[in-house]
Amino acid sequence: MPQPPYETFPLGEDGVLLRFGDGQTAHPGLALALAARARAAPIAGVTEIATALGSVLARFAPGMTSRAAVAAALEALLSAPEPDASPARLWTIPACFGGDHGPQLPEVARLTHLTPEAAIQDLTTTELTVLAIGFAPGQPYLGTLPPPWALERQQAITPQVPAGAIVVALRQIVLFANPSPTGWRWVGTCAFRPFMADRALPFALAPGDCIRFAPTDASTLAGLHSSRDGLGGAILTGAP
Amino acid sequence: MTPALIIDTIGPMASLQDLGRTGLTSVGLSPGGAMDPLALAEAAALLGLSAPQTAIEMALRGGTFRTTAPLRFALTGAPMAAQIDGRALVWPASHILNPGEVLTIGAATQGTFGYLTPAPQILTPRWQDSHAAHLTVRVGALLNPGDQLPLGPDPTPDSPSLTLPPGDRFSGGTLRLMPGPQTKLFDAATRDRLTNTAFTRSPMASRQGTRLDHEGAPFATPHAAGLISDFITCGDVQMTGAGTPTLLMAECQTIGGYPRIGTVIAADRPRAAQAPPGAILRFSWVDMTTADRLYAPAAALLDALRRQTQPLRRNPADNPNLLTLQLISGVTRGDDPKDNV
Repeated sequence: MPQPPYETFPLGEDGVLLRFGDGQTAHPGLALALAARARAAPIAGVTEIATALGSVLARFAPGMTSRAAVAAALEALLSAPEPDASPARLWTIPACFGGDHGPQLPEVARLTHLTPEAAIQDLTTTELTVLAIGFAPGQPYLGTLPPPWALERQQAITPQVPAGAIVVALRQIVLFANPSPTGWRWVGTCAFRPFMADRALPFALAPGDCIRFAPTDASTLAGLHSSRDGLGGAILTGAP
Repeated sequence: MTPALIIDTIGPMASLQDLGRTGLTSVGLSPGGAMDPLALAEAAALLGLSAPQTAIEMALRGGTFRTTAPLRFALTGAPMAAQIDGRALVWPASHILNPGEVLTIGAATQGTFGYLTPAPQILTPRWQDSHAAHLTVRVGALLNPGDQLPLGPDPTPDSPSLTLPPGDRFSGGTLRLMPGPQTKLFDAATRDRLTNTAFTRSPMASRQGTRLDHEGAPFATPHAAGLISDFITCGDVQMTGAGTPTLLMAECQTIGGYPRIGTVIAADRPRAAQAPPGAILRFSWVDMTTADRLYAPAAALLDALRRQTQPLRRNPADNPNLLTLQLISGVTRGDDPKDNV
């Protein structure tokens, strides 16, 4: 696939943002790849690298380097060789789909022209990646679901879905960290809390982590909600 | 026994704040920290500290405080009516509170956020290397009456009390705006109109953001609908669906889908944070190069403030004119070599 055009912008006096495309299309793979290069070959004076769905942010110390130098270094990394990929971490997260735990699953099945069973099959067998984290601490955007899942956001806002809600739109999934209103459709629930301030690992996920939802039943999920670590029975493999 | 600062009463929106936590953007947490970081730098200059440290941030209302050991402290940010046992205190300045005395900090007379900074470090637990309460994400908590803050040793207990010029950032004014990633989604006429509009700081404000009200057409862009979420930074001026600007502050989200027309430069963010409800705020554009030139790294800012400190020589109740620093400049002028030519 040809690389889309990119542009650099200021984000405050200490930020350079490199955005792929026109801001209307997600390019998470490109953003994650550039961030991996910038972390493998640190840029002098850069204090932080972060990725959003279509961009990379480099925070820098203005006394130690210049905006022009940071922007030039980021652009140079675009054509740098891919760094040795560190093995991705895989999270297997128990989740319940449909019914009270995903009341909009039938609607989503209709819109995707799948049976509810086939929809759950897609949600639990697609190898999902943490494309970006944001809106709330630790809260992941996951993707990318197969083409039938290219659903627009719904017109009406659902007033509240619970923490752990699994919602879909735009071939992506958001796993809510807190009770939230949403324009995405609610298809499942898990007991996984992506952020707990007083946990040894407050932020469970990192961009680039792999996620697989393991179907479970309602009574098992009810038990997992009381897990002290807030991980809701999630299993981490391939951890460093 | 560890010395402690005892909070007897405290306003409803007071919390511990420092310069916040950097480096957590990629996991969705904005830096947070003091709404007026300049006030923490002023406190460091007044107390002779090597860097800004944790303060009690008080929104619009102060509290009453006691100490178990002699305590140097600084009062900075929004001036509040402050006294020790009936003796009025200069603001901004460093002072001493002794055991048995009561420090009373009243309502803000200008601005929004006042700061009480002890010279010793506050020893309550930190989270991710910071004391800063990040209320939006339920990290840390508001301070309550009865709280006791354990304190470490004062690095320089014998330092004299100092004062600084009072500053003029507490009643609104003009905020300089630099371009950001979505600036050009707004047409030139809309960007111009932004600088010709008087905004009123709404009472709808939190540490996350402040709504700005105005008369006239909303500030809209036809390109807002299809935007994917992108990075937000503190100081961004976000246009919600209704075209009403919101100034995004210390506890802003890290990414968002509403377009941001520009970013208030760091030098003017204290003015933005301190504007009290009802204050008039305006914007003026500066280009990226100008914004970068105006940026003062924290160390340079602290150095500049240290050079502006003056000894606090008299009780202001004895001589209110001291607030203007005229007496002090009169005293020092005799040593100025220029007077010898």
